[in-house]
Amino acid sequence: MTDTFEKIEDIEIRLLLQALYDRYHYDFRNYAMASIKRRLRQARERMGFATISAIQERVLHDPAMLPQLLGYLTVQVSEMFRDPNYFRAIREHVVPHLRTYPSLKVWIAGCSAGEELYSMVILFREEGLEERTIFYATDINQDALHAAETGIYDLDRLKVFTENHRKSNGKSSLSDYYSSGYARASFDKSLRQNVVFSDHSLVTDAVFGEMHLISCRNVMIYFDRVLQDRSVGLFKDSLVRKGFLGIGSKESLRFSEHAPAFDDFVREEKIYQRAAR
Amino acid sequence: MIDHPPEAVVIGASAGAIEALSRILPLLPSDFKIPILVVVHVPPDKRSALTDLFEAKCRITVLEVEDKEPLRPGTVYFAPPDYHLLVEDNDRLALSSEEPVLFSRPSIDVLFDSAADVWGERLIGIILTGANQDGSHGLRAVGAAGGTTIVQDPNEASAPAMPEAAIAATPTATVMSLNEIAAYLLRI
Repeated sequence: MTDTFEKIEDIEIRLLLQALYDRYHYDFRNYAMASIKRRLRQARERMGFATISAIQERVLHDPAMLPQLLGYLTVQVSEMFRDPNYFRAIREHVVPHLRTYPSLKVWIAGCSAGEELYSMVILFREEGLEERTIFYATDINQDALHAAETGIYDLDRLKVFTENHRKSNGKSSLSDYYSSGYARASFDKSLRQNVVFSDHSLVTDAVFGEMHLISCRNVMIYFDRVLQDRSVGLFKDSLVRKGFLGIGSKESLRFSEHAPAFDDFVREEKIYQRAAR
Repeated sequence: MIDHPPEAVVIGASAGAIEALSRILPLLPSDFKIPILVVVHVPPDKRSALTDLFEAKCRITVLEVEDKEPLRPGTVYFAPPDYHLLVEDNDRLALSSEEPVLFSRPSIDVLFDSAADVWGERLIGIILTGANQDGSHGLRAVGAAGGTTIVQDPNEASAPAMPEAAIAATPTATVMSLNEIAAYLLRI
């Protein structure tokens, strides 16, 4: 653009994100702009506001509106065993290394409503590693974390989950892990016995443990490069030497300043290993 | 027709896309001056073969986008299956797995909207063959931002619904045959 003036909408977005941070300490200021803009336009239309400034005015004064707005700002789209080949690669290539540790820590960063978490716990149970593992499931969105802790999904989603699980070379039947009724599937609470759910932000919070595996897929695509670098740096500092990091199939560490700290492990599934150096 | 030198081309296509794109992209020289971003509707669960196919046919560089991919001239960027493609700023692309729009992910509208935001009048938007309505809204956004709007002639499109819907949404769009579109791009 040759315009020297910032577009009005861009000013409004910048001010709203600043207000959210100053008032509630939710920090979206370094989220990827194109996607944030799209979602704020959606929020404005669906919530019936004339302008994005009007959203700001309202949310500053009315904390009750915050969860609804956060629902628009954080993307909650996932499936169990999404990209089955990723889980297959974890099973075939990462698990043999993990078996050599007496105890394990796994971090599902940006766990959303828990689909990725339950997939990983089920995989670990199938591989006989669940009992020696602590899973950390973190997200910034309280509603999503609550949904993850509850482990209840619409029954009509289970067809896709089941098919994905099968394609991941699942060694059991997914139906072993949930009971269904009232068009809902409720996942067994035993799957949560080694899980710690926690409010954690990749934007503002720090390292909290030494992990053997971190799975953070399609979370960092919503961040700008500054924030991506911060997150990858956090993962780097959180991993044991030769620990594993899995990211989304169309994400890449190529553009990160921390790329040299990681080696490709299963290249096509975007599984990296923390370099020993 | 253009008052401002264009900085990018966005193309949306669905049914019949491969044949249509095959009559445009292979004609472009390797030193084509600006990037070309393409959304083709592809099934979500398949590794897209588009990149391999066009890499073999084209002199211009062909890539499937990864998140935060830098933009370069002389390059065709295909949206990957099951992700929306967006323009983050002048220099970079971004991906998103937000919900499908009009049952499509990638969505032509999502790409065109974000490209219109970033490039305004310095953008060329092109809608080709397809059997749905995706792209109409996006092409209108390109036009509203002052960009150049082009639609494949529905009479020659293997699936006319998408170009027809785009023309209905943007009556000022220039209707061209594939040969004319290719010739037009070679002149910019």
